[in-house]
Amino acid sequence: MSPTQMPVSDSVAGSEPGHGVAVTLFDLHRSYGPIRALDGLTLDIAPGEFVALLGPSGCGKTTVLRVLAGLEDADSGRVEVGGKDITSVPTNARDMGMVFQAYSLFPHMTVRQNVEFGLRLRRIPSTRRSTRVSEMLDLVELSDHADRYAHQLSGGQQQRVALARALAIAPQVLLLDEPLSALDAKVRVQLRDEIRRIQLEVGTTTLFVTHDQEEALAVADRVGVMRAGNLEQLASPHDLYARPATPFVADFVGLTNRLRATVDHERANLLGTSVPLLPGSVQRGAALVLIRPESIAVTADPDGRATVVTASFLGATGSLYAVTESGETVLAQIDNDAVATFNPGDKVSLVPRPNPALAVAAYADASLVAPD
Amino acid sequence: MKLRAARRRKQTIFRRVVVGLIGLFFALPLLAMVEFTTRAPGGGRTLQTWTTLFNLAAIDANYPELKTGIQASAGLVLLTVAIMLVMLVPTMTWIRLRVPGMRRLVEFICLLPLTIPAIVLVVGLAPVYAWVAYFLGESSLWLAFAYVVLVLPYAYRALDAGLSAIDVKTLAEAARSLGAGWPTVMWRIILPNMRTAVLSASFLSVALVLGEFTIANLFSRENLQVAINQLGKRDDSLATAAALAALILAFIVLFAMSFVGAARGSHRPEEN
Amino acid sequence: MGALLGVLPFLAYTTIFLMIPTLIVVVGAFVNGKGRPTLGNLSALAQPQIVSAFMNSLLLSAVTAVLGAVFGALLAYAVSTARQSGPLRRMITSVCGVLAQFGGVTLAFAFGATVGLQGFLTLWLQKVGINLAGSTWLYEPNKGLMLVYTYFQIPLMLIVFLPAVEGLRPQWREAAESLGGSTWDYWRHVGGPILAPSFIGAMLLLFTNAFSAYATAAALISQGSPIIPLQIGDTFSSEVILGQENVGKAMALGMVAIVAVVMTLYVVLERRTSRWLAR
Repeated sequence: MSPTQMPVSDSVAGSEPGHGVAVTLFDLHRSYGPIRALDGLTLDIAPGEFVALLGPSGCGKTTVLRVLAGLEDADSGRVEVGGKDITSVPTNARDMGMVFQAYSLFPHMTVRQNVEFGLRLRRIPSTRRSTRVSEMLDLVELSDHADRYAHQLSGGQQQRVALARALAIAPQVLLLDEPLSALDAKVRVQLRDEIRRIQLEVGTTTLFVTHDQEEALAVADRVGVMRAGNLEQLASPHDLYARPATPFVADFVGLTNRLRATVDHERANLLGTSVPLLPGSVQRGAALVLIRPESIAVTADPDGRATVVTASFLGATGSLYAVTESGETVLAQIDNDAVATFNPGDKVSLVPRPNPALAVAAYADASLVAPD
Repeated sequence: MKLRAARRRKQTIFRRVVVGLIGLFFALPLLAMVEFTTRAPGGGRTLQTWTTLFNLAAIDANYPELKTGIQASAGLVLLTVAIMLVMLVPTMTWIRLRVPGMRRLVEFICLLPLTIPAIVLVVGLAPVYAWVAYFLGESSLWLAFAYVVLVLPYAYRALDAGLSAIDVKTLAEAARSLGAGWPTVMWRIILPNMRTAVLSASFLSVALVLGEFTIANLFSRENLQVAINQLGKRDDSLATAAALAALILAFIVLFAMSFVGAARGSHRPEEN
Repeated sequence: MGALLGVLPFLAYTTIFLMIPTLIVVVGAFVNGKGRPTLGNLSALAQPQIVSAFMNSLLLSAVTAVLGAVFGALLAYAVSTARQSGPLRRMITSVCGVLAQFGGVTLAFAFGATVGLQGFLTLWLQKVGINLAGSTWLYEPNKGLMLVYTYFQIPLMLIVFLPAVEGLRPQWREAAESLGGSTWDYWRHVGGPILAPSFIGAMLLLFTNAFSAYATAAALISQGSPIIPLQIGDTFSSEVILGQENVGKAMALGMVAIVAVVMTLYVVLERRTSRWLAR
């Protein structure tokens, strides 16, 4: 169905929140020669939900997005949007808005012309078009720049225009392919909050791909961590962080210590205390326990069994590296005003807090926890 | 189901058809040259012309103008490339490092020959070459001075691209801070990093010099193309063979150059 | 000041072998055989054979520029869809690099071997009843010569235009598609407009290339001088009529003027597109 045949509904002129549709990706497979980019991936996105796909490069997250957009074919599997099977539908009939990592604005068109491009293709009459374009530019706060060209805008501004352009057509689904990766750190943080704000206002179902875990946790309703073509875990940011399902997730999201301990009956003997374990942990024997820095309390103690290596001031918090008697290095989070009280060589006591941690088999090879 | 694959297939077919048809148009005259130079008197094929061409003794004896032409062009290639490199590389590096204000002027001068074609240049060069003949004699080799001018736009572009790709200023400053003098900086730091650009500029010069006819002809000097043209009045089969051989030689040279560029890879800095 | 000395060799060289010859042409066009200023050379340009030579040159250049541009652009697009550093791309770029430079004598012989008196195509067509040998179509500027010129115009177009085609980012195509555009929409609204300045610029370059070409026509045509470069060449060899010693310089100046105008347009267009296609 070409765009000119699509119903020019009132939703184009002013969409109400919560008008998103459900998206289902079912058992997608995609190989490039010997490389399996997608390995039986299944994902359900609820209407209006914001899902982030997170993972290292090569894990297949961009492939998922492109298959959903129709820019790539899956070897097998199904793509459903709003209950309809669109696997064989070409890109230009899928009614999806896409924001690319960079360079996607048409260089020979002004901001205004870029944003109204999709509307022109749909033969929207010019008065409605300009209303819509003004609406979109207000939404991304670039109304003053309507007659500028792409090369006259900063990276952040360009991405906002790209977002306006994608949303102008009131798409069923919004796709964002690492939209912030090419931007400066500060702009990144500002823009990701804006994207979330806009998405909540407009209510479009959104799929957001990134390799930056802080970004994913900050904006999404649910985050899917991907590895080697499939989802390791799909959960809310909080659950992903506090209850990682696999060592890979525990390591990829947030900082993690890996400490040796013995496991017995769903508890681990770690640093002299007994720590509860998450489901999915090893049941007994020698193990590596994955524990977050903020789950380790540090107290100055002349009889302590650990020695401070460095204490760093990070602004809002502080971090402390200490070496245990057994020679392991532990990273702990401390208050920012406690940093000055610790000097290298001081003796300290490290006590794990009673949060559940994840334990993996001790002989597990490094690849399971995939350090970068 | 396979929409993208279908589109790629259509592209491949389009590519093959276009390249095929246009390739045919271009191959035809070249094949005609092969056909022409292998005709036997009573019909059928013979390699007589080609064996004569590569028979150095026969050339020497029977076609002295061809020999002179080949020798002249060989010398011209070397001399032109040498003058071009010796003059352009230090100058362009120098400008980047010490007198960046002159860059526009030098660029303008180097691209000027695009607007002053050979046929116009030769009119103005006639008096200049009268002086050259006065001081240096009438040898065809001194055409190199004019050839360097013809080559300027292409060589400049190639070398400029090479200099842009490496951060000349930083490299030079680093070397100087470690105690290197300017000659060392040029010879051991800058030049090795410009190998691709230098080779590219040189190969483009070779192609141009081997194909040049206008100036040599109008100044009544010897070079490869002039010799082939003269030969054509006597023995058009041999002349055609010589022309084709020169063409193939230039192609091999340029084809080899494309590998050098690829082998070096791109010098994009690592992204953090 | 010492730094400027480094540029001196270059400036000296180009002054002697480029600037001075240019000056000689420009000044000489306004000077007669005895060294006195005159406009006689310019008025000599109004002679019928020179006017017709200019006309032929302009027509020849314009037609081959358009033909070369269209087919060269097609070829460039086709090549751009091939793998980046694959063999096809390398081959074609090298071949075009050579063919763009190798006008002149080689081309004359190549076409002679094809459609000349003894050319294989001529002989073959004679069997079918078409006799090319009788006509001089090959040597006419608006027939055979045009065909021969496209032989180096198309490769030049490829070399000049391929970078522009490769500058089309895939994201633009994908963005256009995701917004609902078909292939036609993309080319009409995005690809076409973006490439247009480069295309026209390249065509201008092709124009000057054909306009300035001497060797091909010189090698091919033995009777008469129907185009300007040949007319200029004539002033080197033929006997000079009294009062017309510097007409060659006037013709050269005329050529430079035309080429300069076209090249200026080219530079203006290039500057515009480099903003769009720059990384």
